[in-house]
Amino acid sequence: MTRLKRTPLFDLHAELGAKMVPFAGYEMPVQYPMGVMKEHLHTRGRAGLFDVSHMGQVLLSGPSWDAVALAFEALVPVDVLGLADGRQRYGFFTNDAGGIEDDLMFSRRGDALFVVINAGCKDADLALMRAGLPDDITLTELSDRALLALQGPAAGSVIASLDARAAAMRFMDTCELSLCGHTVWASRSGYTGEDGFEISVHADEAVALAQRLVEDAEVAPIGLGARDSLRLEAGLCLYGNDIDAATGPVGAGLSWAIQKVRRPGGARAGGFPGSKAIFDEIAQGPATKRVGLRPEGRAPMRQGVALFASAEGGAQIGSVTSGGFGPSVQGPVAMGYVDTDFATTGTALWGEVRSKRMGLKVVDLPFVPAGFKR
Amino acid sequence: MKFTEEHEWLRPDGDEIIVGITTHAAEQLGDVVFLELPEEGTTVSKDDEVVVIESVKAASDILAPIDGEITEVNTALADNPGAVNEDPQGEAWFFKMKPSDPSQMDDFMDEAGYQAFIA
Repeated sequence: MTRLKRTPLFDLHAELGAKMVPFAGYEMPVQYPMGVMKEHLHTRGRAGLFDVSHMGQVLLSGPSWDAVALAFEALVPVDVLGLADGRQRYGFFTNDAGGIEDDLMFSRRGDALFVVINAGCKDADLALMRAGLPDDITLTELSDRALLALQGPAAGSVIASLDARAAAMRFMDTCELSLCGHTVWASRSGYTGEDGFEISVHADEAVALAQRLVEDAEVAPIGLGARDSLRLEAGLCLYGNDIDAATGPVGAGLSWAIQKVRRPGGARAGGFPGSKAIFDEIAQGPATKRVGLRPEGRAPMRQGVALFASAEGGAQIGSVTSGGFGPSVQGPVAMGYVDTDFATTGTALWGEVRSKRMGLKVVDLPFVPAGFKR
Repeated sequence: MKFTEEHEWLRPDGDEIIVGITTHAAEQLGDVVFLELPEEGTTVSKDDEVVVIESVKAASDILAPIDGEITEVNTALADNPGAVNEDPQGEAWFFKMKPSDPSQMDDFMDEAGYQAFIA
């Protein structure tokens, strides 16, 4: 067994009473003494601090912005070249079959590209980039940086109290801030559906900054348990659950991330792995679609629950990919894939839980309106 | 009151036994959000799955501690599953059962034994 890795905040988690669990090769806090339910509601009501240092941080640099952006466009179906300095975008690496190898956030820092990738895919992503990028692009894994996420309606005022420049940042803006003497790279984004910031800070300074943030009366430390229920209520995909190498962006409802310029007829159409399969799916429509699901009873329907069109018999028409209890919704919520014929909002379906079929409805995502600062 | 290694408590109540889960178990489960309770009148054997308890993160089964008949179910828990976290060894009992062999109770731990078991 390989030894689990620890983030720079490991000792602080222990001090704050976290229950630690193995996650993507790391020992991570799943919850603090407050408990998942209260942590979730605290984040929606005030602000939650998450340690996401297990995620990969990578800097791509090269002879010019155009060179870096065009090189990265060979790996993602996203408009990279058109990204303004100080702006961030969501994207994903695709494979030759049009499946998703990982999803990611990237931002422009002058002529360089700062990329944040999932912990579980880090090694594969690095290999994919090293193999796919030309020699004049330098890839630097920033393993000396920690990543904190401060999420929730109070996040803006908390960060602005430390550096007033934060107040001017809009959703998906990124810039350098000085927080209590620590120079950080901040983006106004996150993965909870709330307003918030992701803060890349030097590993040596991460504990001091995290301590300062949790001292604020508005801020509580939040674990991976609540991070999962928050992103589920926000309708956001978890890589490995809701999207993976066998699912394409169109059926996953992520076509919005493929800008016109990269689609057929666009100035830089295609040129990424699986472009033909993805363009075919855009033209013909996907066979299965990711949908929001609201179970009718109180029983949660979790990942793997089989979905049917009728209360008895019939072939399986889909399955749940993420599901659980939504603390803000005060009931069970789920996402899953269903045959396109059954993907219309309002469609009544049945999920098989412990050999019994229970009703659920196809609903619009997200379950909780987003609080982004547009 | 007796305790099982599966973190259930059993409290004799006349010729019936009241069954719930321990404070330790409730703490381990975290926030309870849903309970599937048995039907009154069901005959169960020791180790039958009688209750499904869902916390925010996972579903767990509660097993029948002894043979017998379920005589009463705490239906108030259906509307307020969070009571399991608030008062697991009091208000939030799961069901009452009439044991077919009360001597099965002798196998279980007393409070001191259970505290040592979870320590």
